[in-house]
Amino acid sequence: MDTSIAVTNKAGDKPTRVRRESSLSRLLPSRSAKLIVGLIIAGVIILWGIVGPLLVGDPHAISTDAFAPPGPNHWLGTTQTGQDVWTQVAYGTRGSLIIGFVVGILATVLSAFFGVLGAYIGGAVDEGFALFTNVALVIPGLPLVIVIGNYVPQNQRGLFLIAVVLAITSWAGSARVLRSVTLSLRNRDYVSASRVSGEKTWRVLVVEILPNLIPVMASQFVFAIIFAILGEAGLSFLGLGASNTFTLGTILFQAYNDLALTQGAWWWFVPPGLVIALFGCALSLINFSIDEIINPKLRNQTRAARKAWGLTAEQIKRLEKEDVK
Amino acid sequence: MRFYLQKIAFYVVALWAAVTLNFLIPRLMPGNPVDIMISKMAAAGQPITAGTRHALAIELGGSSGSILQQYGDYIVNLLHGNLGISLTNYPEQVTTVIGQALPWTIALVGLATVISFILGIGLGMLAGWKRGSWLDNLIPVTTMFQAVPYFWLALILVLVLTRVVPIFPFAGGYDVTSTTPGFSLSFIGSAIYYGFLPALTIVISSIGGWMLGMRNMMVSTLSEDYIVTAEAKGLNPRRVRMTYAARNAVLPSLSGFAISLGFVVAGSIVTEQVFSYPGIGQLLFTAVSNDDYALMQGVFLVISLSVLAANLVVDVLYGLIDPRTRARS
Repeated sequence: MDTSIAVTNKAGDKPTRVRRESSLSRLLPSRSAKLIVGLIIAGVIILWGIVGPLLVGDPHAISTDAFAPPGPNHWLGTTQTGQDVWTQVAYGTRGSLIIGFVVGILATVLSAFFGVLGAYIGGAVDEGFALFTNVALVIPGLPLVIVIGNYVPQNQRGLFLIAVVLAITSWAGSARVLRSVTLSLRNRDYVSASRVSGEKTWRVLVVEILPNLIPVMASQFVFAIIFAILGEAGLSFLGLGASNTFTLGTILFQAYNDLALTQGAWWWFVPPGLVIALFGCALSLINFSIDEIINPKLRNQTRAARKAWGLTAEQIKRLEKEDVK
Repeated sequence: MRFYLQKIAFYVVALWAAVTLNFLIPRLMPGNPVDIMISKMAAAGQPITAGTRHALAIELGGSSGSILQQYGDYIVNLLHGNLGISLTNYPEQVTTVIGQALPWTIALVGLATVISFILGIGLGMLAGWKRGSWLDNLIPVTTMFQAVPYFWLALILVLVLTRVVPIFPFAGGYDVTSTTPGFSLSFIGSAIYYGFLPALTIVISSIGGWMLGMRNMMVSTLSEDYIVTAEAKGLNPRRVRMTYAARNAVLPSLSGFAISLGFVVAGSIVTEQVFSYPGIGQLLFTAVSNDDYALMQGVFLVISLSVLAANLVVDVLYGLIDPRTRARS
């Protein structure tokens, strides 16, 4: 008796446990090498952005040691006025990360609002939102940011204003994708079922539709961060960045204008760009893993798998010949 | 027909939005051109009188009257091709100044983008076709180039190819000392030689996106049933790759081409600055650093219009290539 109960218990438990595990692991990105490398690089840079400025001195402190190449005293050398590049990169990383995350959040919220809400409500609202999104998409972003940035006086050009302007020019692409995904989701049977069973509109939107959009939005959030960091670096490089903030773009601006290039002071402008490139690369790697959740076709090697079913090149050739006959 | 009418309606709205945005930005922003100029003059120690302010207001094109009246004047001026007078190149019209710079940017950015697109699509197709090959494993490396700031890559290229190994010129659009602009062989050769590094910058930093997009679409397309059918029929693999897979996989990239143009134009603005290339980006920067508001607005308008025009071309082409878009709408 006892044993048989134990067996049925086991048999009854096992399938549910297995199913739960597999559904959870399906939501998480597969632990590929790409994801791990991406997470490690991004984690180190983010950690460095948070902790770094606390460990180093004042980035603006000048010394008589101008244009010193990297050495034991200055790990990444010094600038024209003897400022320590390593210290500057630490502060710049923090500034760029703050801009990146603020813009990422703002752009994601904007794209969710215009993309998801419009598509869900449908009708004239959807048409209006879609038109607005498409128009915003074809207005070139950076020139707009440059022009707006120049009209705002230097003392009012704060971090938040630059972040808002960057967000305004970067949400449209994501909104268009979210709209098309939402359009296909809202006509699914399970959404109709929940609507028929009397769920409130906000509940259908938040509980039924939004969870299915999370992978797409996560990937868009990551892209928005890269876009923002690149955009801000470009603005700062032109001298139009936020006042009172110190970003990697600011370092590049100073390096270019203080003739680091003609002096051959590569240690001044190579590290800031490298940090941006590495961070962007890490985020792209994370995005690859998210892509593999969204698009299962990318996950398993379909074509390679088909070839691996055992047909050798000779067999394929022979089959082709037979077909010709 | 309805497809084209819808498209035309969209472009009319987009055109209106770009033109109106150009009108509204200076009026909505906290900074006022006249105030900025006056504070600059005061800082430079020049005497400021009430007349100065009035003169500046007229010079900077701030027409009096209600905002609607100003808007009307602005549209009428625009239709006459009158964008005002550039302060930096004083008696010159903004349209003339832009007209001199525009061909440089269109040639540079246009050619570089097309080269990057074709190369990226081709390589992406091969990477998707042979998953796990060395080309496929190269894709993450090229996306790293995509995350590189355009202008930083330009700085590195300048450092390496003009300082360390001096094979390319440092700055400019053509050899000013030995050639003059015109349809001569030496001028065109010189322009290509000078444009090589800026173009290389654009190609390197934008090719990764095309490769990745095309590769992913290729992989998705290859698992479609009609590919299995084509293979089962024993079609030549090259035919399956080109006619069955690539042709369908390229469609999203093609529509992405239009969207990315704005991004490429933006990236090239900063790149032109690094190379002192005599194009639109350099002009915009000159306008911005000299508070030349008429020129700045003009450049923004021209950039918006060019991006719109490029979008229109891609849209029409897309309608021709993919009949479904015409049928569905």
